[in-house]
Amino acid sequence: MFTLGPIGFLNPWLLAVLVALPILWLLLRAVPPAPIRRRFPGVALLLGLKDEDAETDKTPWWLLLLRVLAVAAAIIGFAGPVLNPEERQAGSGPLLVVLDGGWAEARDWARRVARAGQLVEEAGREGRTVAVIRLTDRPGETVFQSAEAWAGRLAGMEPAAWAPSGMESWIAALPEGGFDTVWLADGLAHAGRETLAQALRDRGNVTVIESPRPVFALHPAGFAEGKVMVSASRVPAADAVAVEVAARGPDPAGIERELARVELTFAAGEAKAEAAMELPPELRNRVTRFEIPGMRSAGAVSLTDDSLKRRKVAIIGAGADQEGLQLLSPTHYLRQALVPVADLVEGSLSEVLVAKPDVIVLADVARVTQSEQDAMLDWLEEGGLLLRFAGPRLAASDVSRFEEDPLLPVRLREGGRTVGGAMSWGEPKALAPFPEGSPFYGLALPDDVQVKEQVLAQPDPDLAERTIAALEDGTPLVTRKAVGQGQVVLVHVTANAEWSTLPLSGLFVQMLERLAVSTRPAMPEAGDLEGQTWVPEEVLDAWGAARDAGEVAGVEGAVLAQALKEGPGPDQPPGLYAGQERRVALNVIGAETELKPAVWPAGVAVETLEEAAEQSLKGPLLAGALALLLVDILAALWVAGRLSGLRRGAAVLAVAVLSLQPQEGRAQEPLPGDDFAIEATSAVVLGHVLTGDAQVDELAEAGLRGLGDRLWERTSIEPAMPMGVDIEKDELAFFPFLYWPVTADSPTPSAAAYDKLNQFLRSGGLILFDTRDADVASFGGATPESEALQRIAAGLDIPPLEQIPPDHVLTRTFYLLQDFPGRFQEGSLWVEAAPPDVALEEGMPFRNLNDGVTPVVIGGNDWASAWATDDSGVPMLPVGRGFAGERQREIAYRFGINLIMHVLTGNYKSDQVHVPALLERLGQ
Amino acid sequence: MIPTGQSGDLRSRAETLGQTLPPLLAEAEMLAHTVMLGEHGRRRAGLGDEFWQYRPAHQGDPARMIDWRRSARSDAHFVREREWQAAQSVTLWVDPSKSMSFTGAKGRVAKADRARLLALALAVLLLRGGERVGLAGLAAPRSGRTQLVRLAARLSGAEETADYGAPEAEGMVSHGRAVFLSDFMGDIAAVEAGFARASDRGVKGAALMVLDPAEEEFPFDGRTIFESMGGGLRHETRKAGELRDRYLARLAERKDRMAELSRAVGWHFSTHHTGQPAQAALLWLYRALEGGR
Repeated sequence: MFTLGPIGFLNPWLLAVLVALPILWLLLRAVPPAPIRRRFPGVALLLGLKDEDAETDKTPWWLLLLRVLAVAAAIIGFAGPVLNPEERQAGSGPLLVVLDGGWAEARDWARRVARAGQLVEEAGREGRTVAVIRLTDRPGETVFQSAEAWAGRLAGMEPAAWAPSGMESWIAALPEGGFDTVWLADGLAHAGRETLAQALRDRGNVTVIESPRPVFALHPAGFAEGKVMVSASRVPAADAVAVEVAARGPDPAGIERELARVELTFAAGEAKAEAAMELPPELRNRVTRFEIPGMRSAGAVSLTDDSLKRRKVAIIGAGADQEGLQLLSPTHYLRQALVPVADLVEGSLSEVLVAKPDVIVLADVARVTQSEQDAMLDWLEEGGLLLRFAGPRLAASDVSRFEEDPLLPVRLREGGRTVGGAMSWGEPKALAPFPEGSPFYGLALPDDVQVKEQVLAQPDPDLAERTIAALEDGTPLVTRKAVGQGQVVLVHVTANAEWSTLPLSGLFVQMLERLAVSTRPAMPEAGDLEGQTWVPEEVLDAWGAARDAGEVAGVEGAVLAQALKEGPGPDQPPGLYAGQERRVALNVIGAETELKPAVWPAGVAVETLEEAAEQSLKGPLLAGALALLLVDILAALWVAGRLSGLRRGAAVLAVAVLSLQPQEGRAQEPLPGDDFAIEATSAVVLGHVLTGDAQVDELAEAGLRGLGDRLWERTSIEPAMPMGVDIEKDELAFFPFLYWPVTADSPTPSAAAYDKLNQFLRSGGLILFDTRDADVASFGGATPESEALQRIAAGLDIPPLEQIPPDHVLTRTFYLLQDFPGRFQEGSLWVEAAPPDVALEEGMPFRNLNDGVTPVVIGGNDWASAWATDDSGVPMLPVGRGFAGERQREIAYRFGINLIMHVLTGNYKSDQVHVPALLERLGQ
Repeated sequence: MIPTGQSGDLRSRAETLGQTLPPLLAEAEMLAHTVMLGEHGRRRAGLGDEFWQYRPAHQGDPARMIDWRRSARSDAHFVREREWQAAQSVTLWVDPSKSMSFTGAKGRVAKADRARLLALALAVLLLRGGERVGLAGLAAPRSGRTQLVRLAARLSGAEETADYGAPEAEGMVSHGRAVFLSDFMGDIAAVEAGFARASDRGVKGAALMVLDPAEEEFPFDGRTIFESMGGGLRHETRKAGELRDRYLARLAERKDRMAELSRAVGWHFSTHHTGQPAQAALLWLYRALEGGR
């Protein structure tokens, strides 16, 4: 191949034709543009007029240049230029392809796999054996196999959501003998990378292929001065660049969407960037994850846990403010503990209840009014947490003395007790280890916590189970009972240091956190997590998508704490882990994780993923030549006066440019407004629910159009064109009938949409659910569509259903039908169940069933496909075979007609059986 | 084999003629309806069909002139006078040369079509008024509806091979009226000669210059070879756009010359563009002929 700098030519001899260009120049120069011949009577008046300036009869130089350039481009194009021609040297011996397989590779995993596939294929052509290993796997025996054996397996490989670690353990698993290695690396430093590279280098040539694209990683968000701080790292730290970070979470309707967005700016050469995100608490508590939009990698996603949620806590002290020392205030230590980690609500009890706090702390408050108590109980029922502290007032009052107070977990003995005081014999008591099952289980007990006074619980039968912390002598220190969804917790000592040293110790803060009164401000320590089993709720895949955790086993707190420190691994995939009261997010990138570029030992050739690709320049050059020739046409026309003036030329160009512009997609969805209402109500309009799957929606519309045509032809129902209905946005009341094709990934409607749907069903609307899976559903087992239907229908107000009885009114509203096929005919049809007490009356051919329209009809026969016709009325999809198929389609149409008749006329046909009796009564 | 070729050509032309004739006629009549045809009477007593007035009989009136029915109602004798209705001979000349077949744009009628339409419409008007209408060199002036059919046929058939036409004085009746419809683009001397011959015979009338808008605008540019319609004349230019001003000056000069010539011999002169409706031109012709009387 003849090369010229970075460009090589496949047919270099064609370039010799370029010599002919000067000749072409001379030839073209001699030929002026051809004149136009015009018949014009006025020529008699022109005779004798001379041109003012005697321009030569030659082509203008710029036109010549244009043409010569066009020809030159064509010649060079045909000479087959190639940018970056590859010149490979064939290797020999076995080839080991190493993939890092971590989260950092997810963003261009397809290209990596393609590249690996290419390597394997090349090796196969050269007769070399191949092995492919993924470093995120556990080291296993590596066997060189033929390339064909690997080709299929390679395509199925997926990256792991964690980073490879402990690479040196692979050294032992490497096969015997010498081999060459190609290492597709993610460009980051991982433990043991250099050691492994050195070991591979000892066996043969090592080539490293890295992606030149930077790797971005998002650190967990933290709190600083009331703002959410998001930070990200990158490798390599190159030019200044800005990335956006989006906070996502459920909106009030429960649909996950983007809640906020902030831009992070990396300064040139800086590897880390940070930005503050100001979120109102309502919004902040909703955030479930931060992510760098558009970057599909688990490293660009940071799940949030309780540490970002700040609870609203109302602290209510005893009565009027006492003039006393601040340190003696019953709420001082509570405030100190909670201010950094929770939003405090101030005010009286009745005032704070309106604010719906998550927690109410009553410090030594004995009595509340009846109305306050009722309001508190309501609030507790809905999931509030009432935390009470004892104190002199509570000890002195007779609250919960004889009967258990609803706002106290236990009955209390009179007066409390004092231990270790001047007037008592005993020593101050220390705490007993927390029992298993207690929310405090696993917390380390400091030695210096001592209790001098406490209120005592009456020994009731359920005292033991309500005690979650006790003193050495077994007297309960913290008791708890559930009220509705909420709970009442009583700490039997004061919230200040008067009765015990508990508020002075770190244990106090940890206990508040375990009770989910406060939230942990930073990384949980091992001690915070120990003693509990953490079950993953959702796990991340390598692309950053959250999946339901399914059967992933729970992990011990200690293991989780270690994973939080060292990063997730195969046994602790990144995700959200739930303990008893709390949730902890295990992210790929921790707050301390540092990204470092990979370091390779000497002698390792490093290539980039992209650069090696050779690129043929033939197409662009020929296209350029064509474009030049097109310009030449316009120019020649202009020179010859066939385009009068530049203006028309500009018009031509504008038209050309406009015609080249791609058609804009559908403009924004029109807002549901008057137009929608007028269109939907001007005639009977059949609606179909938009599923988001364009093909299904199109088919549903075509189906209803076909059914509408049949209705128009055969019945007095004359429906207008069907409309797609977005149940989230559109008003449903306009439609008598909705066709709802259920797809496996149909989104669950929001609460507002459910309200609308239920209103629609109650007010006489009918929804035909079509799972379109009757061909497979009849073999048994739930199909994905039927699971989706169950999920959707769970929120709907649907009466009991039964398989359609043979005397249901649907069988005779217009046609007499016995079965209800669509594109499939195996599926059964479910309608509202008949009341159990209807019986066949004497002389009646059928029972008088429901009085009204069945709100839902559920089946899987894919009716829309059978009904669907295109614009010219030709069926779009085949049904069955031959004449029998057409008959099936006809019956499908009849079912549709019966159904719409049923929707619009109700049980009119059932009432028809009474006509003879009515006539008889009227005396006719 | 001349006969086959010629007869085929003749037949096709005849068929074409037969196809175009009725609409041409109808169009002309439709146009004529739009003009209120005034009394062609001479506003004085004379020979004619229309009643003019009763006047007392004078000495020397022959007895058969006396209107006895009127006279019986009074003691005097009355003579019934009729209005003098002398038919005028109008000779139309429509330039049959090739230059008239020019049209500057698709969908615009050729100048010849417009000239013929105007001529025939004028003939309809005149014949309806009882005048005698003829075509110079093609049909002698006659009155009556059959003359209209004859005129239409002759007009449609008239086409010459010459590039430019000159007014034809042949067949003009002395002291009659004449109408020249042409683009007057040809040799001005020939036009002058035509006017001179007409004025020699005491013929007065109107000359209408029929032009295509393209001839008024000269919308050409670039390297162009202009040829006359017959190909007899040609002019080549590299930049047609630069000729525009000088061409327009020459055209204005030609119009001035025509107006001057007409004034000298007592004719009316006007210009008509095929881009405009024919009605205005017809009205102008009508007024011009009426005013000349």
